[in-house]
Amino acid sequence: MASSMCRGIIGKGRRAAALGRSMSTASWWGHVEPAAKDPILGVTEAFLADPSPDKVNVGVGAYRDDNGKPVVLECVREAEKRIAGNLNMEYLPMGGSIKMIEESLKLAYGDDSELIKDKRIAAVQALSGTGACRLFADFQKRFLPDSQIYIPIPTWANHHNIWRDAHVPQRTFHYYHPETKGLDFAALMDDIKNAPNGSFFLLHACAHNPTGVDPSEDQWREISYQFKVKNHFPFFDMAYQGFASGDPERDAKAIRIFLEDGHMIGCAQSFAKNMGLYGQRAGCLSILCENEIQAVAVKSQLQQIARPMYSNPPVHGALLVSVILSDPVLKSLWLEEVKGMANRIIGMRNALRKNIENLGSNLSWEHITNQIGMFCYSGLKPEQVDRLTNDFHIYMTRNGRISMAGVTTGNVGYLANAIHEVSKAT
Amino acid sequence: MASSTMLSTGRSSPAAFMRNPQKLGPAAGRRGRDFFLNGKNFGRVRMAVAVNVSRFEGVSMAPPDPILGVSEAFTADTSDVKLNLGVGAYRTEELQPYVLNVVKKAENLMLERGENKEYLPIEGLAAFNKVTAELLFGADSPVIQEGRVATVQSLSGTGSLRLAAAFIQRYFPDAKVLISSPSWGNHKNIFNDARVPWAEYRYYDPRTVGLDFEGMLEDIEAAQDGSFILLHGCAHNPTGIDPTPEQWAKIADLIEQKNHIPFFDVAYQGFASGSLDEDASSVRTFASRGLELFVAQSYSKNLGLYSERIGAINVVSSSPDAAARVKSQLKRIARPMYSNPPVHGARIVANVVGDPNLFNEWKQEMELMAGRIKNVRQRLFDNLSEKDNNVKDWSFILKQIGMFSYTGLNKAQSDNMTDKWHVYMTKDGRISLAGLSLAKCEYLAEAIIDSFYKVS
Repeated sequence: MASSMCRGIIGKGRRAAALGRSMSTASWWGHVEPAAKDPILGVTEAFLADPSPDKVNVGVGAYRDDNGKPVVLECVREAEKRIAGNLNMEYLPMGGSIKMIEESLKLAYGDDSELIKDKRIAAVQALSGTGACRLFADFQKRFLPDSQIYIPIPTWANHHNIWRDAHVPQRTFHYYHPETKGLDFAALMDDIKNAPNGSFFLLHACAHNPTGVDPSEDQWREISYQFKVKNHFPFFDMAYQGFASGDPERDAKAIRIFLEDGHMIGCAQSFAKNMGLYGQRAGCLSILCENEIQAVAVKSQLQQIARPMYSNPPVHGALLVSVILSDPVLKSLWLEEVKGMANRIIGMRNALRKNIENLGSNLSWEHITNQIGMFCYSGLKPEQVDRLTNDFHIYMTRNGRISMAGVTTGNVGYLANAIHEVSKAT
Repeated sequence: MASSTMLSTGRSSPAAFMRNPQKLGPAAGRRGRDFFLNGKNFGRVRMAVAVNVSRFEGVSMAPPDPILGVSEAFTADTSDVKLNLGVGAYRTEELQPYVLNVVKKAENLMLERGENKEYLPIEGLAAFNKVTAELLFGADSPVIQEGRVATVQSLSGTGSLRLAAAFIQRYFPDAKVLISSPSWGNHKNIFNDARVPWAEYRYYDPRTVGLDFEGMLEDIEAAQDGSFILLHGCAHNPTGIDPTPEQWAKIADLIEQKNHIPFFDVAYQGFASGSLDEDASSVRTFASRGLELFVAQSYSKNLGLYSERIGAINVVSSSPDAAARVKSQLKRIARPMYSNPPVHGARIVANVVGDPNLFNEWKQEMELMAGRIKNVRQRLFDNLSEKDNNVKDWSFILKQIGMFSYTGLNKAQSDNMTDKWHVYMTKDGRISLAGLSLAKCEYLAEAIIDSFYKVS
């Protein structure tokens, strides 16, 4: 075979090189091409490299305060103090911190959820939202190998990577309506109806990434009903609970509707944004089962998938989450802080829209305030985004997604002006 | 919402539920009763709750993990004399978990600085990646000086191995990985889940309770050219048996000759001999020959950072350009797995290794930990020889190195250790000396002798 021939030749080259003490360029990795830059994280890299004093980073979805600085929540600082230096660092159980899982489930399913009491939920600590989605995708592949996943258009880019690397075939369903910059509800419902019965759907529980467009409560009820008719499996990615409206209970509404309707959902939760624990990789994957026995079996299989991936999950973020959520005082503090973050974002939405309108733009910008959560799908085209970057040093992803968390009272005027410049009729 | 029509759930109908109320479990039955009793009427939707069948009904219970399952069983045991020699987590003489002083100091520093918790880049903390590669290869190694190492922070040893395995699957789809027989149980799982075919090479010789060097060389030679050879850098897990430097040299010769790719798993650097440099010598030998190779690292044991999940995958290439390309592809594998690695453990390592005072203190603590293990080995050997009246040669306990010892006990004998003596170990006869105190050596010796002679 050509490749083993190549290896023979390369091997000879390497042996010769080793003997001659001169490094030949022959290598095992000759056929390894450079990977394309991650579209989202690549934006931050470019931003950091830019020397301009005016530069604005509205790329990655990490919260910033009004000075554009990363924020460590007070409740987190307090929790850090409590756990510092005294604990042992023994391996967590394979499924992760029991306490953290308990608290996560209460947040998603409701403090008094019967489902939790009945122990019907198989849940494991996961590596933030990504890890939770990946565990589910691998689990889906292993136990329902013929299933596919329906993914909304558009969605967080990494969703495609996750299900692809899990070898689960992907389909898409309509979601975003470019004309209205809102939800394409009719097409969405059509896709749900036309999908084969028992299809798997990926749904954003709140604050859709990247569009910020969420179904209304009524629309969620209709979607849930149609899911029942079609016996579809709803998998919720909830990365922004609390961040959308400022109220975690309210942001879980879609999930609660589906639960009331009896769906046996899957859910990925992340504490990256709502607790500001980004780099700690704290999250949870849950799958609602028929009964406790099944939940135990499903959990054991999720652990089987995690074991050859990373053995057991990291403890630090899990400790922070459990300390905060299980202490009433800290939890109250957290709820206040999360509301504060959401309110700042809402305030910036209002300001951005107002500023652009005041510049005399004759385009509609109401989508800025209609959309919710960290992101705004501006409707700007890639070429316009390129202009924003090249001419104005404003960094965002080329799909026109603006991370509102990066907008401050200090830069909102500059940003509005730039957007107006690139979008006004020439 | 549309008005009521008969809902088809596709799996079972209300009628089916009525016929087989057991099928769906107690919770569903309860809901069925609720529907009739409390008058709450969600119409056909409530009915649908009762008949909902999970997609995952056919999912069976996974077997307990052979290693981590041992600790669970130990915890459940109520005996006073129970001894946990299962998982390889270091314990003090008082059999308490041990947080290294340098780690506490590093964490306090970090607390004071109050650093933010932003996402790390996909490849991890730059400061960590730098020090981990230097620790492994030596800061003045040509592979470091010439920028030929691709280092990506990953989730301890397991995560590093998995990234490498996924990379192998993607770029060397025809290649096999050769794994020692025996090896850490999770190695096979990792390559299975990454869909990389594997085979075994002989390693452990039960007759000598030592290395089957001839068999090892034969099997490596017989493998098709360009195979990946998984080697334990030091303190082989589970046997504790390491090749001598001369044997390492012969292994390297053979690997070069066959154009194989060495793939080191280094989970115990510093823990084997007590010296970080000495424990890295096998890796450095191979690297100095100009070989391209993989090295997975873990800080779980040597810095006691088990649950922080901190390690790295290093790929040594023949050029900086190749290293850069390899690194970019490792990142592409990591992104859909967990996006970016956890920051806490990385910061601890970077602080400890990057500060000369802390680094020295760490080396001392490591010597203490490795020293305790050596003392325990000696005591166990003494006790065994004494109780056995020097019938059997127990010196393999002294020759083996690191946290683990392969006792040579078979499954039935290992079961006896647990059932009769409440000594928890893995079924392959492996005991973790890290979980043994000097005080308990005598008891353990009795248990081993009893199991060895009385059970077959």
